[in-house]
Amino acid sequence: MNVKTEAAPQKATPTVGLLVTCLVDVFRPQVGFAAVRLLEDAGCRVAVPETQTCCGQPAFNSGARADAKAIAKQVVETFEGFDYVVGPSGSCISTLRCHYPELLADEAEWRQRAEAFAGRCHELMRFLTDVMGVERVTAQYAARATYHDSCSGLRELGIRHQPRNLLASVQGLALRELEDSDACCGFGGTFCVKYPEISERMVSDKVAGIQAVDAEVLLGGDLGCLLNIGGRLRRLGSPVRVFHAAEVLADMTDGPAIGEPEK
Amino acid sequence: MKVRSAAFKENARAALGDEALQAALAKAKGGFVDKRRIAVEGLPEFDAIRDVAIEIKEHTLSHLDYYLEQYESQVIASGGQVHWARTPKEACEAVVAICRQAGGRRIIKGKSMVGEEIGINEALGAAEFEVMETDLGEYIIQLAEEPPSHIIAPAVHKTRDQISDLFQAHHGKYGLTERVTEVATIVNEARQVLRDIFIAGEIGITGANFLIADTGSNVLVTNEGNGDLTSTLPRVHIVTASIEKVVPTLEDATTILRLLGRSATGQEITSYTTFSTGPRRAEDLDGPEEYHVVLVDNGRSELLATEYRHMLRCIRCGACLNHCPVYGAIGGHAYGWVYPGPMGSVLTPLMVGLTDTVDLPNACTLNGRCRDVCPMRIPLPDMLRAHRERAHAQGIGGGLFGIGLSLWAWLAKRPSLYRLAADRFSAFLGARGRKAGAFRSLPFAGAWTASRDLPAPARVSFARQWRRRQAENK
Amino acid sequence: MSAAREQILARVRRGLKRDEPLTADVVTQLEARTTAHESAVRPALGADLVARFTEKLSAVSGRVIPVPAMVDATDGLLAYLDEFDLPRSAVVSQGGLVDEMVWPEGMAVEWRVAGGSDRLSVTGAFCAVAETGTVVLLSAPESPTSLNFLPDDHIVLLGRSQLLPHLEDVWHKLREEVGDMPRTVNLVTGPSKTADVEQTIQLGAHGPRRFAVILVEQA
Repeated sequence: MNVKTEAAPQKATPTVGLLVTCLVDVFRPQVGFAAVRLLEDAGCRVAVPETQTCCGQPAFNSGARADAKAIAKQVVETFEGFDYVVGPSGSCISTLRCHYPELLADEAEWRQRAEAFAGRCHELMRFLTDVMGVERVTAQYAARATYHDSCSGLRELGIRHQPRNLLASVQGLALRELEDSDACCGFGGTFCVKYPEISERMVSDKVAGIQAVDAEVLLGGDLGCLLNIGGRLRRLGSPVRVFHAAEVLADMTDGPAIGEPEK
Repeated sequence: MKVRSAAFKENARAALGDEALQAALAKAKGGFVDKRRIAVEGLPEFDAIRDVAIEIKEHTLSHLDYYLEQYESQVIASGGQVHWARTPKEACEAVVAICRQAGGRRIIKGKSMVGEEIGINEALGAAEFEVMETDLGEYIIQLAEEPPSHIIAPAVHKTRDQISDLFQAHHGKYGLTERVTEVATIVNEARQVLRDIFIAGEIGITGANFLIADTGSNVLVTNEGNGDLTSTLPRVHIVTASIEKVVPTLEDATTILRLLGRSATGQEITSYTTFSTGPRRAEDLDGPEEYHVVLVDNGRSELLATEYRHMLRCIRCGACLNHCPVYGAIGGHAYGWVYPGPMGSVLTPLMVGLTDTVDLPNACTLNGRCRDVCPMRIPLPDMLRAHRERAHAQGIGGGLFGIGLSLWAWLAKRPSLYRLAADRFSAFLGARGRKAGAFRSLPFAGAWTASRDLPAPARVSFARQWRRRQAENK
Repeated sequence: MSAAREQILARVRRGLKRDEPLTADVVTQLEARTTAHESAVRPALGADLVARFTEKLSAVSGRVIPVPAMVDATDGLLAYLDEFDLPRSAVVSQGGLVDEMVWPEGMAVEWRVAGGSDRLSVTGAFCAVAETGTVVLLSAPESPTSLNFLPDDHIVLLGRSQLLPHLEDVWHKLREEVGDMPRTVNLVTGPSKTADVEQTIQLGAHGPRRFAVILVEQA
């Protein structure tokens, strides 16, 4: 999708409204804190609007257009005042960037607001690399890791080299490529529970790929994918540990990985 | 062809457990994907040609009446006849009438997806014509009495063993009783059997990859040569083609041809690309004496003003099928009708109605690979979403999930209530899940936990932690 | 005209939000577009058309037999007959290089439509395309189409001067030299094949098992 991006920040300390995402909020707050640390380290002033709930993607993708529109307007109002809106999720941000303008296209005033808004929305790692110019982080994490590209991040937002570039600077991290890093993991929102057997086949193929590169750690930029793949890995008794890439970049890998018991 | 899309879930389940099918699909998938990639990488102008091809199609669709009329007058000027059909029934009636008038009984067929769509084989069979498929893949599934499972490779779901079985069961009447088991011997036996059938054919029916308005020609893109024999040997040649196949000029077709082979099978060009115009000329030594084109609408004209208009750009290459992880897991028959994969999930509800086909647009992760590889950049995921919107508006296929999603949206529009619910949810489940870190089973989550653990939520949501942190920092 | 025709066209016009017929201006533009016969993007080719043609046709199991002059085609054909143990007989087209061909001694050639048991056809060609390794054959009394499909082996006599760069060049030449389309224009690129059995390519499905071009440099 080609939504015009704003030029590199003119302000010394841009304001960022953090779109936590509903999955991070409930399942993995660590990712939210990792995002805050990374954004502040890059020189941003981060705020977390309290009235945020959901980006509306579940409604949008299931055809509940009226609900999706209402939620979209709410999100635009909540986050409009910031220089940037950043979230640790390709699928949520692609909803804001790529689909809000089309969703709100039939109301002239909202269409313009949504188009202006869309250009300021960014996935976390792409924001750090392409907008804030971050080239390296000072994290350490010794592990053989592999990376799963989430479909919306990859195909709707063009995120591929940005996470890899940042992860390459993590001391001790050996990143190896999955043969099918861009194959869908079978999450697909409600798809994974509406068509569980097909989803199981897709996630099993993904797990086989992870095992084939002998990775100890799986990383990715979308929690939905990571819960899905991580859940399958655990069910199969695999020792592979799963983190959101932001956690590794923010040097926050001391705690339990996704699905692991609290210490 | 009977629509079996309502049984999608059972079909998919059966397909996932069908070892022979899974073996066949695994063999096919890598081949198509790799070959396409190599072919596309080998043509630096690929994306530029795509842009032009889309322009050509859009221009044609925007003047479709003009080009259809021009096409018709050129067919007539070259000695052929055009029959217009609004519905499958009309199309079959037209074909049957031509065949009756022609006075033959033995019909040979090249592959035609629109022929499947209108159910021409059943109609001809009911009218007591003998119909033989000549494309090897179509011949195989005709013997098996199955529909095609792929729009380019109709028998892709069959293993070599299964084909050997079929030939052994059916070729006895030709005096061929030995079981052929190698690819070469299988193909050779088919060649032998079909040769006589070609020569005895009285009426030939083919599809068309393109119709050229400027010249009244139909274009057939094949590798086997059966389409050409079907078009040349019998006394009568009938083309079944849908209205959006028309393009203005030979040059326009040439542009799109550069995308078709590469996208479908990774070929720069097929063994045979044939342009047929009218019946044989007065002094020709071979060729049909009669040339008929049956132009099929079947709802396509209705799409022009809708959000599905771009589906009319489709050139039936099958790239979307080949790259779809759902198609790759379940094969084509699970979709229940003529067109499988992403393009089938868009077309089938449009052609046969959404009520019994709603699983098709729903069984998709919207991953977008199909749109990426589509030579005509058709926004397939957007169209599948549009189907979901229509289903939602009509109350089709929601079920329990629909109720759950409505509840979710209701909460999402009410931040304070949402906050309360989210905080309570994470606290409740987080406490229960903290020891194990994940749930092996959970009420209402059976579909997830059947094959996956569910990582436990955090005991304290991000929002609550953030609020505390802000309060502490003050 | 039929009700179906009228209704389909009416639906198309409605879908395009047009109640009026196209204006004369628009029709003139459309006609101009058609007669311009434009082709926007042609793949870049190297300068050596013969090399390109040979590379592309060989890649799909077609054989290219280069000979300097027509007199050398005789030996080229003989070698081919011997290699594949073919009888000295062929069904042939008329005209062009076929008329100049000096057939091997004792070889029986017949100009007629092909039959189911013909082993070999030898034809000329209208032209060929370097871009894709394609030979272009037109139906005519001199060159019945069945010659291209029924025999097991098909050999084409082609002169270097008949080789064109791109596929579009075929249409230009056809309009210039022939005028209206014939019944059949075959673009042939290699022998018949299928991958319908386990996605494994097998030559010789229904058309010729082997396809060869005797490429005459000086013709």
